Amino acid sequence: MLQYLALSAILFAIGIFGVLTRRNAVGILMSLELMFNAANINLVVFNRFVGPDNLTGQIFALFVVVVAAAEAVVGLAIVLLLYRNWRGIDIDRINIMKW
Amino acid sequence: MLEYAYLIPLYPLLAFVLIIFFTRWKERLSSAIAILLVLLAFVHSVFVLVAMLGRHGAPVELSTPFIDHLIIKLELGMWIDALTAVMLLVVTIVSSCVQIYSLGYMHNDPRWSRYFAYLSLFTFSMLGLVIANNFFMIFIFWELVGLTSYLLIGFWFEKKTASDAGKKAFITTRIGDLGFIVGILILTFYVGTLNYQEIFEKVTSGTLSGGILAAAGIFIFCGAIGKSAQFPLHVWLPDAMEGPTPVSALIHAATMVAAGVYLVARAMTLFAGSATASMVVAVIGLITSFLAASIALTQNDIKRILAYSTVSQLGYMIMALGLYGVDYAHGHHSAGYVAGTFHLMTHAFFKALLFLGAGSVIHAVHTNDINDMGGLSRKMKTTTITFFIASLSIAGIFPLSGFWSKDEIVASTAGHPVFMVVTLLIAFMTAFYMFRLCFLTFTGEPRDKERFEHAHESPKSMTGPLTVLAFLSVFAGWVGLPWLHRGFSSFVYHDQVHHAGPHYILMIISTMVAVSGIGLAYTIYYKKVISADALARRFKVLYKLSFNKWYFDEIYDAIIIRPILGSTRVLWWFDANVVDGLVNLIGWLTVKWADLKMWFDRYIIDGTVNGLGYLCMAGSWMVKFIQSGSVQFYTLVVIGGAIGAVLYRVTEVGFYFYLIGLIIVALLSLLVKMTRPDRVGTEPNIEG
Amino acid sequence: MYDYVLSSIIFLPLAGFLVILFLPKNNFNLIRWVASIFSFVPMVISFYLIYDYFIVYSGSADMVYIEGPFKWISVINAEYFLGADGISVPLLALTGLLSFLSIIASFNIVNRVKEYFAFFLLLETGMMGVFCALDFFLFYVFWEVMLVPMYFLIGVWGGPRKEYAAIKFFLYTLFGSIFMLVAILVLYFTSEPHTLNMLTLIQTAPGLGHSLQLFCFAFLFVAFAIKVPVWPFHTWLPDAHVEAPTAVSVILAGVLLKMGTYGMLRISWPMFPEATRFFAIPVALLGLIAIIYGALVSMAQKDLKKLVAYSSVSHMGYCMLALGAWGSVTALAGCMFQMVSHGLITGALFLMVGVLYDRAHTREIAAFGGLGVKLPIFTGLMVLFSMASLGLPGMSGFISEFMVFIGSFSSFKLITALAVLGVVLTAGYMLRMVQRIFLGEFNMAKWGGLAEMNAREILMVAPLAALTVAIGVYPSPLSNVMKATLENLVNLVAR
Repeated sequence: MLQYLALSAILFAIGIFGVLTRRNAVGILMSLELMFNAANINLVVFNRFVGPDNLTGQIFALFVVVVAAAEAVVGLAIVLLLYRNWRGIDIDRINIMKW
Repeated sequence: MLEYAYLIPLYPLLAFVLIIFFTRWKERLSSAIAILLVLLAFVHSVFVLVAMLGRHGAPVELSTPFIDHLIIKLELGMWIDALTAVMLLVVTIVSSCVQIYSLGYMHNDPRWSRYFAYLSLFTFSMLGLVIANNFFMIFIFWELVGLTSYLLIGFWFEKKTASDAGKKAFITTRIGDLGFIVGILILTFYVGTLNYQEIFEKVTSGTLSGGILAAAGIFIFCGAIGKSAQFPLHVWLPDAMEGPTPVSALIHAATMVAAGVYLVARAMTLFAGSATASMVVAVIGLITSFLAASIALTQNDIKRILAYSTVSQLGYMIMALGLYGVDYAHGHHSAGYVAGTFHLMTHAFFKALLFLGAGSVIHAVHTNDINDMGGLSRKMKTTTITFFIASLSIAGIFPLSGFWSKDEIVASTAGHPVFMVVTLLIAFMTAFYMFRLCFLTFTGEPRDKERFEHAHESPKSMTGPLTVLAFLSVFAGWVGLPWLHRGFSSFVYHDQVHHAGPHYILMIISTMVAVSGIGLAYTIYYKKVISADALARRFKVLYKLSFNKWYFDEIYDAIIIRPILGSTRVLWWFDANVVDGLVNLIGWLTVKWADLKMWFDRYIIDGTVNGLGYLCMAGSWMVKFIQSGSVQFYTLVVIGGAIGAVLYRVTEVGFYFYLIGLIIVALLSLLVKMTRPDRVGTEPNIEG
Repeated sequence: MYDYVLSSIIFLPLAGFLVILFLPKNNFNLIRWVASIFSFVPMVISFYLIYDYFIVYSGSADMVYIEGPFKWISVINAEYFLGADGISVPLLALTGLLSFLSIIASFNIVNRVKEYFAFFLLLETGMMGVFCALDFFLFYVFWEVMLVPMYFLIGVWGGPRKEYAAIKFFLYTLFGSIFMLVAILVLYFTSEPHTLNMLTLIQTAPGLGHSLQLFCFAFLFVAFAIKVPVWPFHTWLPDAHVEAPTAVSVILAGVLLKMGTYGMLRISWPMFPEATRFFAIPVALLGLIAIIYGALVSMAQKDLKKLVAYSSVSHMGYCMLALGAWGSVTALAGCMFQMVSHGLITGALFLMVGVLYDRAHTREIAAFGGLGVKLPIFTGLMVLFSMASLGLPGMSGFISEFMVFIGSFSSFKLITALAVLGVVLTAGYMLRMVQRIFLGEFNMAKWGGLAEMNAREILMVAPLAALTVAIGVYPSPLSNVMKATLENLVNLVAR
């Protein structure tokens, strides 16, 4: 079980690293996908090893996949809009939410 | 007629009211009313005197309350006794003569009606003063007399000297009146009444005596000092000669100044009860008399000589009355009372005559200076004759009226050798200065030709009164002939009749004194055997002292008037700057205090509020950089927080290290953010 | 018919005030006559009142013409309570007379006529109210009501330094009022049950402790002393008098100053007998200082109006001297006489000064000289009033001064004897003034154009002259009016 969890943690860490450091919005989205999947692995692993009698974790993972797909759609749409407005998708330039 | 004697003062009052309110514009009518009514008063006075003689001087009293609920009752009333009756007659005679005389003297004066109104008012006041039955009422009229004197002295008020003199007279006499008021206050408090008879009863019964009585007497005498121009308040009378001459005759010779003497005579019981008070009276009288006579020796203004002569003669009377009081207090009776009152009467006539004569002279030559006169006897027969009669009378030459009264006065000094010697000396001086005046005015060569050329005898309206008064100057004294057993002395007396009888030795001495005075004047000013100038040089100090009136005016100016005026200025400065300054200072301080509070309010109270605001803004300015707008940074914080939370669960120490590290990193990154300008413009690109 | 007689004299001027507010602004004559009528009627009523009082009530010391007490502000027990007795009736008549004459004298005001007369009537209401109020709260209200119009009358229609004078007057008086308010509160809270009724307080207040009595007395004294004005609180007076328009000076001198002494007679003296006895000598000394000091300062004045103003200080000193001699009906009667006679004489003097100022546009004494030649009637009247002011017998001033002297001599020998000096000093400055203005050389070139007094001016001082002489010649009716009341007052103080 530990191996699965380790994989999941590594994936998650990679995802976080990606989210925090990528300048490219698409890259960030991809890193986010990584984190989703790390979480999915966790869900499945714990379902398998902690409570194999019900399938809650499995089902939840499926939901996450679905939601992540939807999220990717919305995210890409935003990226597209960003690209149109800023002529680029460098995330550092998009800081209008500051003071 | 006796019961209606209170009408006597009211006639002239009626004249005053009529003239002021109704006939002011009709000059002749005004003077006619005034003269008619004063003559009426005169006639009435004659009846009163006759009735009084019929009663052998038994007094009549009538009174009506004035204000009655005070601690004492103040009343208006009349008290008619022999003295009153005589005074009424004297006042009305002189007043009538003066008013008739004024018809000529005041000819063509622009304020003619007012002049007669004032004269009437004066006569009213004087008569009221005479018939008063209590000290309150006499004080009222006392002051009114002062007022009319003020108005009449300053009648020609365009002249500065005249208005000054009026003011001086009023204020100086009022200083005396201060004493009078205090005397009245003492009487109210210690006696509880102001009625003459009630007070005198208290004195004779011994209820009122000692120091209080002496104080009351001396304070009341202060009033007399002021009105009768006694030392040290004599300075106003010579100045009062600025008034029209008939006024001088009426007020400043015959009647008003006699008021003081009358007051002393009237209140004789008070003085007779206290030897101290009487002695003060006598000494003041003597000093005054001597002082005034010595000044009169060297004056050159005809009216001023007469004024000083008046002061001197009044001093005589006061002294006689005072000596009577002294004698009476020591238990023996003397001639002083009769002498004083008798001389008061005779003096009124011959002094009025002298003044009216002087007026006649002034009317003719238009100057007061005897150095500009001379030889007038050739032009003015009646005036000259009457003037000489009056002078002889005042010098005390047998058998004129002045002789008899002066003789009585000399007699009253018996038993007081100092007084007698000085009295005779004064008699000598009187004779001298009067005849110096006569010779310089009427005899010799005219010293001012031009004035002499224009001189003329005065009209009938002026010489008529002169003649009447000359007649009285000769004969009025005969009512007091020492051989008469039912004469003046048995009519006007205090306590009991004192009939002195003739003192032949004194008569001879006083006649010799008078004659030698006249003789000296004759040698110096008529024969010019001795040069007056040489004498003046010989006795330079005395001459200067006399000529400058013993420097009284200068001394008073220096020690009283200037300090008072100075103090008014000082006090005014004090008031405007210190008292008011204090008020303004308080106001100013209040304003400053308000300013201070405003400052405090603005900078401390409001400053605190604003300061908090600034503080918040400054803090938020710092903190705002955390709000970088970078989602990644936010995420980092969230993750950092999550890690922190986990760490805290696991190990607290590690958490704190982590936290500190985090803060350091945060501050460092903040610094970097703050120092680094934004790389990207915040403006979004809309199109595209 | 007497039910509302006091209310009517208080509120008729107020009604006039309201009426004038609705009159057209530019119809000066209408405003003037309406104001005259609304002050004439109270004057007539107040005259009738003194006559009626003299006939019917002069023997008793009780309050008469009583109205109320009606509930007014029940939370603090303030009541609407009016009444008059022998000391307020003469002052009501004086107020009525002077108000009317002042309004007549104000006919030459051309600047903001409507406001002027409106304020004047409001002022009259306040003054009348003070002399009638028997409730402390009501008294205080009237006392303050009168301040406001006075402030504007001086501040708007006054002379060159009017703002300064008006503010000084207002603040000074208000300063005193605060002390009065404190004393009123003390009295209110110490009385059981709490009351502001003066008559009740006169009965109960002497029960206060010694120090509390002294405290209340001193506080009320400050309030009243500022109004009188007692030295050294007097410096608002010359400024206010000099800057105020003529008619306002008349009211100021004639009535407002009397409110101070009235307050003492009505409130302080009977309410705090112990304190009154305690402070008798200081009060008399203040009177003496005022007499001498006022007279000397008067002598130094160059401005005619200021001279008269300072003479007020001196004359009100006689009142204080008399008030010090609390035990003597004569002294207190002298005080009352002095109040009335000072109102008449000084009022008249101010009117005369105003007449002169209207013509010559200066009040500098030194600028004149010899006016007696050109203006005989004016001179005659002015000399008459000067003589009255210096206490010449035959006029009211003499009666009052004489009564003050004999009354206070029994209590203070030395102080009274010194106060007599004031008589000479008064003569000094009055005669100097008369001499420098009316006597001497007449400057034809400078003053040749001066006109004699006109009928209106003569008519407005004639009643004052007549009354001055009437009281001086026949004072006993007036003294009978106040006799019983003052006797009662002396008994109250002697408690």
